[in-house]
Amino acid sequence: MSSATPNAQSQEKAEGDDFVPKIIVFCCNWCSYAGADLAGVSRLQMPPHFRVIRVMCSARVDPEFVLRAIQKGADGVLVAGCHPADCHYIGGNYRTRRRIALLRMLLQQFGYDPDRLRLEWISAGEGEKFQKTMVDFTKTIEEIGASPMRGGD
Amino acid sequence: MATSDKIGAVMVVGGGISGLQSALDLADSGFKVYLVEKQPSIGGTMAQLDKTFPTNDCAMCIMAPKLVATGRHHNIELITNADIAKVDGQEGNFTVTGTQRALRVDASKCTGCGSCAQKCPIETTDEYNENTKVRKAIFVKYPQAVPLVYSIDQEKCIGCGICAEECKAEAVEYDQKESGFEIKVGSIIVSPGFDEFDARLKAEYGYGVYQNVVSSIEFERILSATGPYFGTVMRPSDGDIPEKIAFIQCVGSRDEKVGNEYCSGVCCMYSIKEAIIAKEHGGNIKPKIFFMDMRAFGKEFEEYYNRAQNEYGIEFVRSRIASVFEDPKTKNLVVKYVEKGEPKEEEFGLVVLAVGLTPPEDAETLSKVMKFGLNDDGFCQTGAFTPVSTSRPGVFVSGAFSSPKDIPMTVAEASGAAAKAASAIASARGTLVTKKEYPAEIDVSEQEARIGVFVCHCGINIGGVVKVPSVAEYARSLPNVVYAEENLYTCSQDTQEKIKQMVKEHNLNRVVVASCTPRTHEPLFQNTIKEAGLNPYLFEMANIRDQCSWIHLHEAAAATKKAKDLVRMAVAKSRLLESLENLTIDVNQQALVVGGGASGMVAALELAKQGVKVHLVEKEKELGGNLLKLHYLPSGDDPVEYVQSLSKEVASNQNITVYTGKKVKSIDGYVGNFKTTLESGEEIEHGTVILAVGAQEYKPEGEFLYGKNPGVMTLLEFKDKLKKGEVKGNTHAFIQCVGSREEGHPNCSRVCCTGTMTAAIKVKEKNPDAKVFVLYRDIRTYGFREKYYKDAAEKGVTFIRFDDGTKPTVEDKGGKIEVRVTDEDTGKEVLLTPDNLVLATGTRPSEGSEELAPMLKVPITKEGFFLEAHMKLRPVDFATEGVYVAGLAHGPKFLDESIGQGLAAVARAMTVLSKETLEAEGIVASLDETLCDGCGICVPTCEYKALEIVPDKKDEEKKTLDINIGLCKGCGACVGSCPSGALTQMGFSDEQIVAMIDAALEETVKNQEVKQ
Repeated sequence: MSSATPNAQSQEKAEGDDFVPKIIVFCCNWCSYAGADLAGVSRLQMPPHFRVIRVMCSARVDPEFVLRAIQKGADGVLVAGCHPADCHYIGGNYRTRRRIALLRMLLQQFGYDPDRLRLEWISAGEGEKFQKTMVDFTKTIEEIGASPMRGGD
Repeated sequence: MATSDKIGAVMVVGGGISGLQSALDLADSGFKVYLVEKQPSIGGTMAQLDKTFPTNDCAMCIMAPKLVATGRHHNIELITNADIAKVDGQEGNFTVTGTQRALRVDASKCTGCGSCAQKCPIETTDEYNENTKVRKAIFVKYPQAVPLVYSIDQEKCIGCGICAEECKAEAVEYDQKESGFEIKVGSIIVSPGFDEFDARLKAEYGYGVYQNVVSSIEFERILSATGPYFGTVMRPSDGDIPEKIAFIQCVGSRDEKVGNEYCSGVCCMYSIKEAIIAKEHGGNIKPKIFFMDMRAFGKEFEEYYNRAQNEYGIEFVRSRIASVFEDPKTKNLVVKYVEKGEPKEEEFGLVVLAVGLTPPEDAETLSKVMKFGLNDDGFCQTGAFTPVSTSRPGVFVSGAFSSPKDIPMTVAEASGAAAKAASAIASARGTLVTKKEYPAEIDVSEQEARIGVFVCHCGINIGGVVKVPSVAEYARSLPNVVYAEENLYTCSQDTQEKIKQMVKEHNLNRVVVASCTPRTHEPLFQNTIKEAGLNPYLFEMANIRDQCSWIHLHEAAAATKKAKDLVRMAVAKSRLLESLENLTIDVNQQALVVGGGASGMVAALELAKQGVKVHLVEKEKELGGNLLKLHYLPSGDDPVEYVQSLSKEVASNQNITVYTGKKVKSIDGYVGNFKTTLESGEEIEHGTVILAVGAQEYKPEGEFLYGKNPGVMTLLEFKDKLKKGEVKGNTHAFIQCVGSREEGHPNCSRVCCTGTMTAAIKVKEKNPDAKVFVLYRDIRTYGFREKYYKDAAEKGVTFIRFDDGTKPTVEDKGGKIEVRVTDEDTGKEVLLTPDNLVLATGTRPSEGSEELAPMLKVPITKEGFFLEAHMKLRPVDFATEGVYVAGLAHGPKFLDESIGQGLAAVARAMTVLSKETLEAEGIVASLDETLCDGCGICVPTCEYKALEIVPDKKDEEKKTLDINIGLCKGCGACVGSCPSGALTQMGFSDEQIVAMIDAALEETVKNQEVKQ
């Protein structure tokens, strides 16, 4: 295993005093959690700053969970579900979509950058999309900076 | 044969989607199943597909749960990498012998971790990816394969020994020999699927010569995220993204020259799908589909075709392609074709050949070994009234092996074949299935949490990146963790014994395993702790391989930290886990069938054969439905004679109670416990419902002089006259697609083209001099029905194609009919003066469907047909359990297809009716009534209609929520919506998830406290 990888930098960061983002990811059991697993099976590399919490359906993600994570200092929260029309539970993801839109507004009203909360559709076959999403979201959070709960802006 | 001789086991040959469905239906209704597959893994062709039409569902996403369920089912035994040598005996009692080729890997030891393949030095072409990619000499067919066991490709292996060295489970066995097997079964289902037509046989298209000419299945892999280019549409020669892609239809289908006169039935739709997906992958891609007739005949297929044209801008050109040439410099391809009489040339970056379906390579071997007949085209021979029976009693068939067909028809047939296989051995149901015995469950409700943590090295898959010993040590430091250890493979058999031993030794009442993914391994560990006397829901997993070591390969420190976090989160949740009980629901083992047409009667009879008491309700005074009016079948079989014999059989069957001339007034209840009231007052209690209410022919009042001129009639009316010898005159014109494929009724009615061929052939047989004209848009005689189109043409029937936008006009000139139509081929107007004008009108839903749907809380399409649970994989189920649909009520279809669905509904219903009690999921919604104020916000969030606001029994003034556990699927959508926190999802409670969030951010919180 060569150490000269794009991720070497983020490792240094993790070990240094720089900002290390804390990201909570909610994955539905049927599509996006499976997509995350596929990313692993395909050995797709991504920054290690996120922690996945598995729920049966993205519609299970209670607004309280998102707010709790923010309150406890998460710099970003990602909710991942099945693509529209692919939901294992028929239409759960449509409810998630509405809920997240509302939560983003709420976060903004409380002075948070709404981009700290993101919704993505990731299917069980989209390991690469999971990887890209995690790379991109981590970058976004690094740009926004630490959560106000952690002394950031 | 005496009942006692029957064997309660079934062999299913072929583990594609068809075999999986048959196996699951049978194993879920009391039969032992041997699933014999020639490849090392099950999955078949569907596992290779990227998406499926017409919903664009990801194929693997929807298939994987069935793969896993099959692999895990304790009554399904997989015999993979196997060939069948001999089948002796007869229906009810067969002896099958065969051989299992050597995998050269011990399947009981292989954990599927893949370390061997990572290090194997030999690369070879990957058949799963249609050779667009490479694999190693030790390999597994695809990442989600079941069983997940590697095997060595004997031809490619050089015997270097690296894999054996790399395998910490010591599973590699170079000298493994093939082994024989002998099984005894009562019925057999053959579902070996199909092969793709070898496009090299159409040399004029340059397949195998020009790099950028690919077959449709290769293109499917190119589109796939797990394919050679990770889902980017690139062409093989240089990796460029092609701007223009040509799809050439009917390669190896409808082609006398290659000996395949039949239509492959699925290529039009899969090409549209591939074009749409290609377009979605790269917005600048311009697909163009060259076709003869666009055969979008299935449920909601035409709308998909319309969307492809109008929303995606995919171009369709009606032309058979003569040849394809490569520009040697650019590797672009020049396609030569004729459009509206004019020869044209066009350059494309990539050409996709829509290859047809041919019989599987081993069709002849199978037919010889099993002694059943093949048809002229080499597919399995079936009959018009026996779509899932082979010529050998006790041997049944399903899927593309009996004729080319799409996935939903395959899945329906697979269930249908399962029903027939079960009926043949119904008396032996339950004799060979096993029920596992577990020790009594320890009551842990009053105990403080005592958690055991098992951290897996997974060979070097985890341990090579994450410092496993330090994770185990860290686990030991967490509150409530009383024991932690590391394992080379936590999933191995000896570790299961170790876990049980540790539960006993340390009085563990919660177990956490930190290893791979719960999606594949949770049931294994749950079973282990159940064997140790713990409730299976007292288990939690931390995914430190797929979602940690594998995705942070080069960041050992960060990955180790993450693994510790994930273990801490799992332990936090584990601390709050509770024992859950899988509630049991009593099942009333009687069935209700609504509708006494062919599919309803077939279903009722098959249920009765399996010993079920059936209530058959028909609104008309007589059983029979539409078949009584059909008179002719294209095969020459007599539908009226058939339906009358069915009626007689139904009337004399002791198990069937017939209610003719009666309508359903109300249906209440849920799976296992329905109560139906008829308008005449009878009350029926039953466990399942099959809706087979049929459909009707559209009467086009006011269109084309229908109802005004006596010479204008519908197809069924014409056939009735033909039968009675009342057809006058010698010139007959047919107009197709009346009331189909137009505004308000956008979809195709599927049966009218073939129905027209049947009538036209009959007319010509009676009077060869008769003049017959068929005015059409596309002729959709799919599958083997193509031969009736050819037969009609050979008998001299004239076909005139009119443009989709220009309908023929009809005038009444003093009682004479004048039809004017613009022939699209010549552009000239043609005047016809037929004695009879026959309108091939569409199929409309039955009256009454709309009243039945809300009674059962099942959906209907905008056209009024019942909408199944899933268009691909659950064709006769509804989201509401215990309710099934069959026949025309589901959408237009042929008699054999209706019979197949009627049988399918039986197999699905028997998964309920064969049991005295059903086990409901443990992960369901539960309510704290003291917190619920009956606001009802949750009610619309439930897709399964399990929630209802009812008056509070304790306080009449108040309202509260009633959860029907029989309907709940445990998604938790309602829980997320409850504003008062009264709803809980068992196993995923607010408390438990919040504990995980807090644990994940624990250090962050600490930092914050320090700052404050």
